[in-house]
This record gives sequence, C-alpha cells and structure tokens, in this order.
Amino acid sequence: MLQTFFNLDILKAAWPILLAGLGNTVLLSVVVVPLGLIGGLALAMLASVRKPWVRWPLMAWVDFFRAFPPLVLLIFLFAGLPFAGLELGGFACVCIAFFLNTGAYYGEILRAGIESVPSGQTEAARSTGLGRFQTMIYVVLPQAVRNVLPDLLSNTLEVVKLTSLGSVVAMPELLFQARQAQSLTYNPTPIVLAAIIYFIMLWPLVRLLSRLENRALARG
Amino acid sequence: MSNWDRFVETFFNAKVMARYLPDIAYGMLVTIELAALVIVSGLVAGLALALLRSWGFRPLNLLIVFVVDLFRALPPLVIIVFIYFGLPAVDLSPSGFVSTWLSLTLVLMAFSEEIFWAGITSIAKGQWEAARSTGLTYGQTLMNVVLPQALRLTIPPLTNRTIAITKGTALGTVVAVSEILGMASSAVSNSYNPSPLTLGAIAYLILFFPMVVFGRWLETRMAWKR
Repeated sequence: MLQTFFNLDILKAAWPILLAGLGNTVLLSVVVVPLGLIGGLALAMLASVRKPWVRWPLMAWVDFFRAFPPLVLLIFLFAGLPFAGLELGGFACVCIAFFLNTGAYYGEILRAGIESVPSGQTEAARSTGLGRFQTMIYVVLPQAVRNVLPDLLSNTLEVVKLTSLGSVVAMPELLFQARQAQSLTYNPTPIVLAAIIYFIMLWPLVRLLSRLENRALARG
Repeated sequence: MSNWDRFVETFFNAKVMARYLPDIAYGMLVTIELAALVIVSGLVAGLALALLRSWGFRPLNLLIVFVVDLFRALPPLVIIVFIYFGLPAVDLSPSGFVSTWLSLTLVLMAFSEEIFWAGITSIAKGQWEAARSTGLTYGQTLMNVVLPQALRLTIPPLTNRTIAITKGTALGTVVAVSEILGMASSAVSNSYNPSPLTLGAIAYLILFFPMVVFGRWLETRMAWKR
C-alpha cells in the first residue's frame, strides 16, 4: 500500500516536476483572483445604481455566469472559439473564463456587502461634500468589505481550487504536472503528493474560514 | 456570406444541432442522475457527520473536523483524478461515473457538515436544557427541538453551496462520463463544428439557471424574516 501510494523513490523523482506545477498554480491564482475581484467590484458598484434598467440586466448577467459550470465556459472558449478563427491559448482562456465566472460570484458578495452598509453613511458622506465615487471608495467599500470578509475569503479559496481546471486545457499547473508524472511513472504517488500540497497550502485558510462562518451563523 | 451568417453557421448550425440533440439530451439525463445522487448522498452524509459531532466524543470530533477540512481544501478535480487514475493501482477500478459521484459526495458532505454544524451550535443552550428538563432524551431533543430550528437557518447557505458543487458534475467529462459536456465535446470533434457545445451550454442553463434564481429568492426571503 505504502509502496503504491507513497513510493519514496517516485516521490523524489516527481518532486521537481510538482514544484514547477505549484509555482504555476500560485502564479495563476495571483493573476486570476485580482481579475475576478476587479470584475466583481465593477459589477457591485454598477448594481448600487438603483435603476431598474441597470439592475435587471446586471442580475441576469451574474446569474447567467453563476449557472454556468466554469469548466463548460473554459471548454467553450478553448475548443469552440478556434472555429471562429480565434485561438486564444490555454492561459488566456483560463483568465477570461475565471474573470466571467468568479467575477460574478465576487460581484454578488460585494453587492450584498454594499447593501449592508446603512444608507445614513452615504448620506453623511455626501453631505460633507464627498463625491458619489469618493463616498463609495472611502466610506462605503471599506465597511462593505469588512462585513462580507468571510464570504470573500471563502470565494477566494474556491478560486484557488478552481485553478486545477487549467489542467484540462494543458496549463502546466499542479494537477497537470502530477498527472504527467503519474503517467510517466505508472504510479499514483505524484497525485497523492499533489493532494498533500494542495491541502497544506489551503488548510490554514479553511481553518480560519470555519471559525469565521461558525461565528457568523451563530450571531444570526 | 456576411460575418454574421458565418457566425450563426458556426455556433448555431441548425443541421448539426438537430443531429446531436439526442446525444445532448442523453447527456442531460446523465447529468441529472449524477446531480441527484450527489445531492442526496452528500447532504445525508453531511447531516450524519454533524449529528455524530453533536454527540461530543472528542477523538471522533477531531477526526470529523479533519475529514471535513480535507475535503474543503482539496479541489474536486484532484479527488476525481485520484479516485479514477489512482485507485486502479490497488485493483479497484471505479468507473468515471462512480468516481465523480464519490468525489462530489465527499465534497458536499464536507461543506454541508460545516453548515449543519454551524446551525446546530447556533441554537441557544437554553433550548437544550429546557427540552431535556421536560424529560426528552438526548436524541429526542436533537430531532424534535434543535434540528427543526437549526435546519431553517442553514437553508440559504446550503442551497447555494449545493448548486455550486452540483455544477461540478461537468468535471466528470475529464474521466469520460457521458454527461452534457462530455457528449458535447465528442460531438464537436465528430462534426467538426462547435454548435453542440452551444447546445450543451443551453442545456446547462436550462438545468442550473432556475436553481440559481431559486437560491437568490430563498436568500432574500430569509433575509426579510430576520
């Protein structure tokens, strides 16, 4: 059993391959998380314009991309667009798919955050002479983010986990590298090792989250 | 041919769509079957773990917390790949369908256990004490007093989480499950036209868009009650 799933020789051989994959996973996350946050922020700020002709299309946009499995979006971009003469490459496809998908999730969270800030805050800020945009940036957003921090973190955890989808479009991230190593060595140890790396990397965040969430629900 | 015509011809080719509609419809059935199985087994397992945890046996609770953390931290695709490509090394060869079902069940179990547990702990201690003092047993208190109140709180987060994890059925395509995405992808390579993918995308929207809207409605409804 140990020879099969935790073979030390194979572990040694696979280590550099997986390390390169880990580097790419981190890199991908560092690109994709801010991208989703920017998309989400734009959506949330637009949603604070309380006009029905802004609100409804926005809601439809968000629900549309929340209903779409991210892998379907990714495959559509990667395998579908080339037929229209648009070859984007794995990295660009992952970025666009994540921007659309995680942007919708972040947008929904930030919108809830903005709505949780009492309107008196906006009124007070506006009456001191701050512009609409300044009010949003300096007064509303800082409080909004604090109110929905657990949800933001939880979504970020999901985004980092989702980078493993990159393996489907041949991005050399952690899972892809592990599968390469596994098919080279005919041994599942690299996959086990990849799983351990994911776990060690994300466990602190999971611990923190479950504390925050328990507290939030208990407060009701 | 204008650009628009070419676009329609490429992504909304009626002939190709008609030809592969039965395939996509079959894929839809597989997706629904997989999703239903995952939802039932994942939620039941999650609730069972939360109930076990409320029993308060410390070594068992540490184990439960570890398992839950493990499946919250691992990407679902990694679990699927491990089960499908790793287990055959010890002469266990689960099919792609079983691998996907098992993986998503474990993930949903972990997330729902967290939510159920948060719901149970949010019920005030006085409720327990009052119920026990009227002569109800531990089990009766849990089932008739605590759970009904706890479950109400958990419904909105649970619905959204369940939808998000159920969407993971698309991952099955990586291990050759013939669900919507898998059927659509192979239709694309057979017909050399991406219209089946468009059709697949529509199929996903038909399945999941109502669920997402329902989740949103639940959230606002519950928020008013507070």
